[in-house]
Amino acid sequence: MTFASLRSFGFWSLVVAILTYMTLPTLVVLMTSVNPTEILAFPPEGVSFAWYEKALTYPDFRRAFTNGLIVTSLASTLAVVVGSAFAWLIHRYEFRGRGVLEAVLWSPLIIPHFTLGFGFLLLGGAFKLQQGYVMIVLAHMVLVMPFVTRAVYVSLATIDPNLARAAANLGASPFHVLTRIELPLVLPGMAGGWLIAAVLSLTEFTASLYVTGSRTQTLPVAMYNYIREYADPTVSAVSAMLIITTTLIMFIADRAFGLRRVLAIDTH
Amino acid sequence: MTHRRPFFITFLAPAVVTAVILAAALFEVLQYSVREFVPGSLNVGGFTLENFTRINRPIYWWVLLDTFYISLLTALFSLLLSYPVAFALVRARRDWVRSLLVSLSITPLFTGEIVRTFSWMLMLGSDGFINSMLRKLSLIEMPLQIMYTRLGVVVALVQFSMPVMIILLATAISHVDRDCEKAAANLGASPGAVFWRITLPLTLPGILSGIVVVFAWTMSAFSTPQLIGGGKVLMISNLVYLQGFSVLNLPFAATLSLIALIAALGSLVLMKSLTGRLEKRLAVR
Repeated sequence: MTFASLRSFGFWSLVVAILTYMTLPTLVVLMTSVNPTEILAFPPEGVSFAWYEKALTYPDFRRAFTNGLIVTSLASTLAVVVGSAFAWLIHRYEFRGRGVLEAVLWSPLIIPHFTLGFGFLLLGGAFKLQQGYVMIVLAHMVLVMPFVTRAVYVSLATIDPNLARAAANLGASPFHVLTRIELPLVLPGMAGGWLIAAVLSLTEFTASLYVTGSRTQTLPVAMYNYIREYADPTVSAVSAMLIITTTLIMFIADRAFGLRRVLAIDTH
Repeated sequence: MTHRRPFFITFLAPAVVTAVILAAALFEVLQYSVREFVPGSLNVGGFTLENFTRINRPIYWWVLLDTFYISLLTALFSLLLSYPVAFALVRARRDWVRSLLVSLSITPLFTGEIVRTFSWMLMLGSDGFINSMLRKLSLIEMPLQIMYTRLGVVVALVQFSMPVMIILLATAISHVDRDCEKAAANLGASPGAVFWRITLPLTLPGILSGIVVVFAWTMSAFSTPQLIGGGKVLMISNLVYLQGFSVLNLPFAATLSLIALIAALGSLVLMKSLTGRLEKRLAVR
């Protein structure tokens, strides 16, 4: 073995070791979710779907799952509508107050989720809407919107501006340019943004802990409450289902819309 | 005006409404932070600055310091572990290796903090994966106490923060001009020297923004210190929750979450000025 290939071997072993550290916890969750006994055993002593059955029939999880679906579908759809409009606006126009508007709408990327959740809890209290769906949906929408805006903004930036100019020169109205040229071209970005928003909202925990109540809690909050009281692999089964669902969604997003482009990761 | 700027108002209105709602929620936090606490009631009293002077006690200073310390450790270890992965991700020759590395390093980002925290509870517990394995290999007799320690919290937080760090580093590494590396190699620099003197310095802006972003994110981590710290490790977020939901002192909880927000903003402002200066210096050369 030459020195160079030895170094390359060492480097790749290091990378594999680090990736093992990153993925091992997920594998352990999947393993415990099919383990027949209540006590965690490694390696598992067999394969059983009893915990999945318990998870799917546990009333708190069922209700939380329904709540989560309501919140996620409303919040991510609203985020796509408002976020796409906003992305188009800042792509197209300079205007007074744009800096302030941008600062406020990008801020959920920086503001701790517990600060935001707490703010929406207090705001809900001021309007007698605490623990209601309105506040939960608004909080989720605000949290996921920056990701949608970014996805749509990136796809808008890749559109050749001459297309819109050519259409306008040929007599297309601004409405026509928007709906016939720009909208079809950013649709993949919007769809990718919507999927990312949905996954983030479905798994959001900290802000949800503040804005939900026992009737309106979402799945991660219900899982948290379960973990604090019981120590059996039911939560492993719920986690496994969440992991599989989100991985599938992200896989679809990647295949259909190019996740790397939507997230603006460039490897070249 | 509407003639020259089609759809301006139509597209502006929803964004403005959203921004106003968000600002109102943040204003409520600010508003509560300067109100008097009425024990035994969720209603608050008049204007006071007492919540801010109350911070000035050793116990709260310790929580703040601990939060900074844990976040800093997390950012540094996250950098050390993410750099090789990001490097491999950008420089791998085969397409499938690159795709595999992207999926393995990015997917953990989308499982949510509860699932990830729970999976680390399964890893670190006294009957957890690590202890069972070590016992099976007869390396230890008594289980190691990793749960409810700062070490356990950092181990989990580092894994959470790595996807973001890898994205930022991969972007920085992909922007390195390969010709600079080739020039150095042609002039006789060893591969090690090329990495340490060319590649690494050129990715410094990415490294810096990675550290600060992870630092700011970790400062607002909640479920990991809550469940893995189990009350033994307190970060600001846990103190806010404790004050807000157990003591029901909403004004003080508001003050603490405001301080967390200021700390997060402050570290980002710091990053902006640092990377700005760094980029200027790199550009001058």
